[in-house]
Amino acid sequence: MVFKTEPFILNLGPIHPSTHGVFRMRVVVDGEVITDIEPVFGYLHRGIEKLAENKTYKQIIPLTDRMDYVAAMNNNLAYAITVEKLAGIEVPERAEYIRVIMSELQRIVSHLIGIGSFFNDMGTFFTPFVYMFTGKEKITDLLEMVSGQRLLHNYMRFGGVSGDLPPEFLPALRKFLREMPPEIDMYDRLLKENEIVLARSKNVGILTREMAINASASGPVLRASGVKRDMRKADPYSVYDRFDFDVPVACNGDCYDRYQVRIEEMRQSIRIIEQAAAGIPEGEVINPVPLRFQPPAGEVYGFIEGSKGELGFHIVSDGSARPYRLHVRAPSLINLTALKNMLTGWKVADVMVIFGSIDICLGEVDR
Amino acid sequence: MEIKSQQSSMNIDLHEGRLIEELKRSSCEMMPEPSEWLDEEIKRNIIVSTVDKLLNWGRKTSLWTETAFTACCTFEFISLSSPRFDIARFGMEVLRSSPRHADLIITAGTLTWKMAPQIKRIYDQMAEPKWVIAMGSCGISGGIFADSYSVVPGYNRILPVDVYIPGCPPRPEALMAGIERLRKKIEKKSFTKVD
Amino acid sequence: MTTTMKGKQVFDMLKGELASAIVEVQDECLVVKPAKLTEVAGFIKHTQGLEFDYLSSATGIDYPDYFEVVYLFYSLEKNHRFTLRIRCADKADPVAPSLTCLWMGADLQEREIYDLLGIKFSGHPLLKRIFMWEGFEGHPLRKDFKNGF
Repeated sequence: MVFKTEPFILNLGPIHPSTHGVFRMRVVVDGEVITDIEPVFGYLHRGIEKLAENKTYKQIIPLTDRMDYVAAMNNNLAYAITVEKLAGIEVPERAEYIRVIMSELQRIVSHLIGIGSFFNDMGTFFTPFVYMFTGKEKITDLLEMVSGQRLLHNYMRFGGVSGDLPPEFLPALRKFLREMPPEIDMYDRLLKENEIVLARSKNVGILTREMAINASASGPVLRASGVKRDMRKADPYSVYDRFDFDVPVACNGDCYDRYQVRIEEMRQSIRIIEQAAAGIPEGEVINPVPLRFQPPAGEVYGFIEGSKGELGFHIVSDGSARPYRLHVRAPSLINLTALKNMLTGWKVADVMVIFGSIDICLGEVDR
Repeated sequence: MEIKSQQSSMNIDLHEGRLIEELKRSSCEMMPEPSEWLDEEIKRNIIVSTVDKLLNWGRKTSLWTETAFTACCTFEFISLSSPRFDIARFGMEVLRSSPRHADLIITAGTLTWKMAPQIKRIYDQMAEPKWVIAMGSCGISGGIFADSYSVVPGYNRILPVDVYIPGCPPRPEALMAGIERLRKKIEKKSFTKVD
Repeated sequence: MTTTMKGKQVFDMLKGELASAIVEVQDECLVVKPAKLTEVAGFIKHTQGLEFDYLSSATGIDYPDYFEVVYLFYSLEKNHRFTLRIRCADKADPVAPSLTCLWMGADLQEREIYDLLGIKFSGHPLLKRIFMWEGFEGHPLRKDFKNGF
């Protein structure tokens, strides 16, 4: 006997324990199978782009912190690089190395939280999350040491960073570099051969290579689909061309691959930090810009490889102290383009696993 | 049967938009703190009895939190509940996803007008007695986003807030201090006499 | 290292009717007539030697005289980038063609531009507000929009 079921609209969010913030989906289900989905955005739209038009260039740095709030350093860096490109500011060597170290530490934080909440969504309630947070707190201490803030660091400036590393930072970083790789191996060992994890994530939510490119996915989502593209290699910014690291790629494009790419990326970040910490030169950390900073008129697009993907800033300047227009290419938002294709055909229970594997940050999606 | 999902979702959107506009119009004024609502007569006649002490001790030592987290401050709250700061010492480690189980709502993060009806609805669904902690600058006044067209300038426009915790974001220690303040406040209250 | 293609270089490859769709050849980009955008974008996507298969970002800008939409393309294979622009002179009712038929990645970005700047994208499968709620008056990123509660 065949049961006929009627399609039913299921509302998920905006307050939901596993939507990583205030994301909302309207899922049309036929029985338990998803036939259609419509993401609803905007529950954290704070109008950063409009606010930026009324602030001077320097005042915007704290605003960028609050976009992708688990990777504030990366946002700072992307914005600073863009304005430096616009105004042609040189950055001292030491500052570049500090930036690389901070950016990679922040990438590890972001991936730890991404992986932790991914497994949280899968149903391993809070155990991996607590492990990841233990690792995250170690990095938070390091970042707090240099910037004075735990979460929203506001550390990068045009032409460098706001302050030099304190003398106890590098020894603490070396200690961290000794402790972290075994810890990452431990997380990986705990999770990658777990039968439930494999059953829930292998071959689930496949994003094909063609689809990933067509949907402008970037970051770990794109690389898990077999495209070897990392802005650090494709178009090196800062001093990334001096470091030796690999770009991890997986081929299936399923949830498990996205997890694996993130784990591998953390190992590569450790490698980069090791090299940067060994080669960090002495000298100035900032090439100061004038108090009344007015970049020349023009248009510029600057980008970095953020932890979620290609994070870009598009600034139009009219020569005044405030930007005429500031647009953010938010990888979290654009990675969600393919969500519908990834979810259609799967069961309701898979929604959160697939969604969690994309790893978005709502502050960046909505801005 | 086929649902025209686009059409029906448009209706949902329009309905939601009307709710938001309505709430926005009705919340131009700040809401006073809950203790200010009580009229003088009641305040003078409250006697904190032993029964109250026992009830309040029970209430303050097992505050269950609703997970109504909106933005950045969430991560400081999660840090607080992670092993390092260990919120379990306060009997608060239970995070509830259902408002019916919760008696404290920590509003961690910026509130936008689009989100406001949902938060208000969650608050309305919580059972009495209930408390609100506004965490972070955005929760107090809108903070860095106070000028924005889409941000609610402070949670006290839509909810009666008991404790404000400044900071952007407040450190976990600050959050602990705020929770301690709330516990003191609960101690002083007599809920058996009101109404 | 990603190279930036010069506007002249790409313009020389456009032939016949497509060349007439170009309004202006700038150093690193081409300004296209809005009506012909999909043809030009399809051409640079499929032509050997250009192969811009990745639409990175789409941005709308409100200038005093016109609205401008900026598209940034990458070629993953060739590792080069290029920018296309269109200008909508009609400030009261700006309309631009949608690129969703060529790149799915344009979907959410065009909805964002529609919501915040009010540029309508003809041919978009689901063009409605993305960040603001239905019933919100005005488009926040326009210069005449007054910020504040």
